[in-house]
Amino acid sequence: MFGQFWAPRTLGEPTHIWHNPPVRFLRMKPGHGEVLIAEGDVERAEDEQRLIEEFRRQLDAGLWAAVPVSGRQGRRESIMVRSFEEIPWDADRVIFFPRAAGGR
Amino acid sequence: MLLALAATALVALALLSDLIVPRIDDLWSRYKAHRRRTPTWSYDPGRERRAEARARTLLRSCVNEEEWGMYRDLGFLRVWGTLADGPDDVGGTGGAPYAYLIYPHRPIVAYLAQTHRLLNEYCVTFPDETRPYGSARLPDSDDVLAKWMALTGDERRLIATANMHLPGRQLDPAQVRRDLWRLSQWERARMRQIAGGDGPDRPADRQSAA
Repeated sequence: MFGQFWAPRTLGEPTHIWHNPPVRFLRMKPGHGEVLIAEGDVERAEDEQRLIEEFRRQLDAGLWAAVPVSGRQGRRESIMVRSFEEIPWDADRVIFFPRAAGGR
Repeated sequence: MLLALAATALVALALLSDLIVPRIDDLWSRYKAHRRRTPTWSYDPGRERRAEARARTLLRSCVNEEEWGMYRDLGFLRVWGTLADGPDDVGGTGGAPYAYLIYPHRPIVAYLAQTHRLLNEYCVTFPDETRPYGSARLPDSDDVLAKWMALTGDERRLIATANMHLPGRQLDPAQVRRDLWRLSQWERARMRQIAGGDGPDRPADRQSAA
């Protein structure tokens, strides 16, 4: 899912190469700023399982998850992700932050 | 004689038990509470400054150069609205472009981009109930980033979650209009510098965050 790209070879068909950038899970915390809560390579089964469990734990704790991405023309935006499978393949970080609530 | 005194004392104790027992219970509870170590977090300005510095670094890494410069110089961010007819509760914008101003720990303000007419205030918070240092409040720049991510990621959901108020409930409309004027001046200066080939300016950090 993560880090997949096609590297064209000089001759023949493109070769399917797996690139494994580590993905980092960051969580915003009062009085601290962001905290690294998990990091791993999703191409490794044990890392992926750990990341999936951490992802679920954070969402079960009521947090929202977002992935900042670059849009067209250099515009930045974010993608709200509700499941591990929704994380873009090239994401290098997922930011968890407290769920929004109506303020006064 | 002794027997009579003992019997009298027992009767007196029984009659007074309604008064004595709650008092003893209360004293025991106070004693236990006094001995219990409750975590207390005093406000540490150094810790808060370090947290804010981390939050600013994270914000800077997420938004583009223009948005970062805007926040650094003006103390707020502008995010363009993406809904075709504006937020659901403004009665439609007729397709006119609109945007939001994001202030740290203040309501989000929606306005029409061309006329600067203020549409609504959206009060939204991101309370962390784990209160790691006794407070549920994120650093200023984390609050701005949370709003930015929620708005750019799912504008409709954030607006539906927020409490909507008419302009002026918390933010002085005159102040918001001044901020919009400052923003337009800032953008002109930036465009002049880009046209002049100097690139965007980088004045010293000055945070006018509320």
